[in-house]
Amino acid sequence: MKHTISALVQNQAGVLSHVAGMFSARGYNIDSLVVGRTDDPRFSRMTIVVVGDNDVLEQVRKQLAKIVPVVKIFDYTNEKLVQRDLMLIKVASTPEQRPEIMAMVEMFSAKVVDIGLKFVTIEVTGPEEKIEAFIEICRPYGIKDVARTGMLALPRHAKA
Amino acid sequence: MTNARKSTKTPSITEKPITGSKVLCDTLLDEGVDTVFGYPGGVVLPIFDELYDSPINFIIPRHEQGGTHMADGYARASGKVGVVLVTSGPGACNTVTGIATAFMDSIPMVIITGQVKTHLIGNDAFQEADTTGITKPITKHNYIVKDPKDLGRTIREAFHLARTGRPGPVLIDLPVDVTTALCQMAPKGEFLLPGYKVRTEGHMRQIVKAAEAINAAQRPVIYSGGGVLISEASAELTELVEKSNVPITTTLLGLGAFDENKDLSLEMLGMHGTAYANFAIQECDLLVAIGSRFDDRITGDVKRFAPNAKIIHIDIDPSSISKNVKVDIPVVGDAKKILVELNKLIEFRERKEWLARIAELKEKFPLTYDNEGEGIKPQYVIEEIWRQTKGQALVTTGVGQHQMWAAQFYKFSKPRHFISSGGLGTMGFGVPACMGAQIACPDATVINIDGDSSFSMSLLEIPTAVEHNLPVKICVLNNGYMGMVRQWQELFYGHRYSKSYMKQPCFAKVAEAFGAVGITVSKKSEVADAVKRMLAEDKCCVVDFQVEREENVWPMVATGKGLHEMAGLPTNTSERV
Repeated sequence: MKHTISALVQNQAGVLSHVAGMFSARGYNIDSLVVGRTDDPRFSRMTIVVVGDNDVLEQVRKQLAKIVPVVKIFDYTNEKLVQRDLMLIKVASTPEQRPEIMAMVEMFSAKVVDIGLKFVTIEVTGPEEKIEAFIEICRPYGIKDVARTGMLALPRHAKA
Repeated sequence: MTNARKSTKTPSITEKPITGSKVLCDTLLDEGVDTVFGYPGGVVLPIFDELYDSPINFIIPRHEQGGTHMADGYARASGKVGVVLVTSGPGACNTVTGIATAFMDSIPMVIITGQVKTHLIGNDAFQEADTTGITKPITKHNYIVKDPKDLGRTIREAFHLARTGRPGPVLIDLPVDVTTALCQMAPKGEFLLPGYKVRTEGHMRQIVKAAEAINAAQRPVIYSGGGVLISEASAELTELVEKSNVPITTTLLGLGAFDENKDLSLEMLGMHGTAYANFAIQECDLLVAIGSRFDDRITGDVKRFAPNAKIIHIDIDPSSISKNVKVDIPVVGDAKKILVELNKLIEFRERKEWLARIAELKEKFPLTYDNEGEGIKPQYVIEEIWRQTKGQALVTTGVGQHQMWAAQFYKFSKPRHFISSGGLGTMGFGVPACMGAQIACPDATVINIDGDSSFSMSLLEIPTAVEHNLPVKICVLNNGYMGMVRQWQELFYGHRYSKSYMKQPCFAKVAEAFGAVGITVSKKSEVADAVKRMLAEDKCCVVDFQVEREENVWPMVATGKGLHEMAGLPTNTSERV
């Protein structure tokens, strides 16, 4: 089962490798890990999607809390979340295929961000399922490249 | 989050600027450091130049690993932070085993490593290694200081992290240009650690639940570990045991927290624990774990560990709770503080049936060995040392058979009197650790019980003991094998002793060449006199006891077996494979 954990960390050298190292040393599986600065430059937020049962999740939380620069941990397992993943996808496309692809882009509220003679590059944001669905409908055309941010999440209700 | 941000204000520094090296040396003194173990080298020369005028007692080992184990032994014997100072690259890399040893056993240490100039970092400079990268998984926390402004505070934080909460080693990597730059000392207690919170007070509701469970239990057992010693809670533990009338067993690292000579002591449990401790665990209806972490050497087959017991777990590290064994009543906090509260709620119970059962187990399965033959039994040597030191010596060990026999046959009655590498199981730990312990406790009789292979890994440190007039006694139980490896090969690999022996030199002559006293004992009749002579020596003394070569450690819970499935029980000799 997938769980989303978010960790507020001190924005200092080595904290990412410390967190990533803990996961590999203890054999936990990370589905995705996203790091970015918050509004306060002293802190970064990590959004981590972990695969495992509840016991594993419990240990992950405790082990994360033990890492000194980790300030606070939010476990979003039982929360309603706003979840977003951003993808850039380069799809093979002849000029003749463009209208079809444009229709898909519109349907997914996506955006064409680059266009060439043999491909288009599309930006898609949304929850994971939407991204996955978009990949599937692009597959028949031929996917040249995909870059994804991994999942970002914040709870819907502000919690102290 | 708001709290976190509040505490991150810039430290108010009032001292005048001095060099980074002076900041380091002055802060060490201010943190109460009297002894540093270490080895000079290129990039730490500015620090060593500062040490030239410092009152700090500096011990130079022959190898940085030895220095790290010395600091560890010093910390375990004194309860203070052990400090190590080494150079970059090879110096730092040589401390790795020592750091990992301390980390596994939660020993407070601060390791300061030199680093190449900040602008050279990442360029594969001479003697450069990614020290923080290498040591991240084996330290409680580590730092590289690239801005001289952060130096003072970082040293303060390192000591705070090392000695509070669940203690552990903290490493500071110092580029040489930071040690020569002008910066300022930070005042005591100035930290920037918004994410570091230690819960020391136990939750009262949990303590009440624990007390109720203990008062109601029919067949309770206390199982205490190294955490009780770290927390200096021996007196409170003893009060709990005696007030509740509950038998107690300790882990290897917990030996000495409760007097092993007392009736309620079951001595050590686990793979080579006493039969009565292991049976008691399997039969108990309540297990009270205090400052212990359910290591696999303790539990045997974890699925069949204490199958009928409700489990209380008192520990300062929340991540230890329910990690290996599901706990019913967790109490997170400092053992001493929790025991003080718990003891107020404990009521005396007769427990006639249970204590009669314990007495029966002790009677039926005593810890014993056959001392009839001609040869010197290693257990006999340890018993003799115990007798002559009246159980008051501070004992260190290497790792292997001798370590288990020392734990079994030397009866410990005081905390911090048994110093051994438990979690990591580091061979070669004993020689340097006994020196660190002797420095911490100059008046104690410090005896390192070692094996010939463990001893060989660190005998190069004997000159350090001689140089500093450390009267440590080193007893080598010499069977010419890596005894524990050989025992496993005998039991599980059909007596195929693959690469588990080596030709040893004459240890007594080696000791003499190093300036220590060397004694060889090859007859049983000479053991008592040799121990007597060793104890009378006022300088480092190595005694080579040439013991029976293929003696095994019993009882033994083989890996994968339940604690009750011990081999080598006295009444069941057929099980001796």
